Amino acid sequence: MDGVEGPQLRHAGLNLSHDPEALEQIESDVFGFWIFLMSDAVLFALLFAIHGTMLGATVGAPGPAETFKIGSAFIETLLLLTSSLTFGLASLALKRHQPWRLVLWLVVTLALGLGFLGMEAHDFATMAGDHATPDRSGFLSAFFVLVGMHGLHVTVGSLWIVVMFVQLATIGRDRQVEVNLIRLSLFWHFLDVIWIAIFSIVYLQGLIR
Amino acid sequence: MTSPRLERRETISYLVGYGLALLLTLGAFALVYFRLLDGRATFHIVLGLGLVQMLVHFRCFLHIDLKRSARADLTLLLFSSLIIGLMVLGTIVILSDLRERMM
Repeated sequence: MDGVEGPQLRHAGLNLSHDPEALEQIESDVFGFWIFLMSDAVLFALLFAIHGTMLGATVGAPGPAETFKIGSAFIETLLLLTSSLTFGLASLALKRHQPWRLVLWLVVTLALGLGFLGMEAHDFATMAGDHATPDRSGFLSAFFVLVGMHGLHVTVGSLWIVVMFVQLATIGRDRQVEVNLIRLSLFWHFLDVIWIAIFSIVYLQGLIR
Repeated sequence: MTSPRLERRETISYLVGYGLALLLTLGAFALVYFRLLDGRATFHIVLGLGLVQMLVHFRCFLHIDLKRSARADLTLLLFSSLIIGLMVLGTIVILSDLRERMM
């Protein structure tokens, strides 16, 4: 850790106005969450690696070109990308002490996240209707584990937004709630980064002919 | 700490990040959808665009930069990337080699 450099919050790029000691505490709390995120990234990386080794293992089951729909992958990408922007705007509202704007942007983010999950559930249902289920082939198992794991993370993130509403309503805005919001913002942006890897490596590479 | 000018700059940083990410996404999807190039070139360009978009997200949304104040995060990120690279490349090399020999 480097030395004192005025009241500046390193990890989220947000300058919440606190005394230097409290700031240092927030920074080390948030840095701990960064370390968790990186271990999560390792988990996803290994699922990507398994997906890579399973690309050829279709044994007669539908392969990537038959199962993936570029349209819904595109809409899901836009939903998640826009939710990253709206969460960014929520972080700015947090920093500027604008409680209503904070809640508004969090509601928009939650709606986009739920829209993403709905699209993904619809995709999975369509795939199941086309007999592309995880038990058919190694490729489909790897696909469902990887994309399903990301969907599970988005579900947890959405629940976490709801928990933050409850905390904001009951506890109000204290330091712990602020730290939780910063952690949640990192988590949400991180999920979007993982989705970039999913649409570039899984969906688009699968659709190249 | 919070002057109107600083506030505007922060908002613009998010909007610029969103715009760049949108352009990169559109580029990658358009390349595949309209089949502008042959398969091999598309493969590499889509990977490259994805990587650049990740950097944009880290810079504009997760506020990782080369300034001294973000160095601890950057070090953690680079080290994790190294580990991830080793594990992913190792897995793919070993398992594809195994498959070739089993064929």
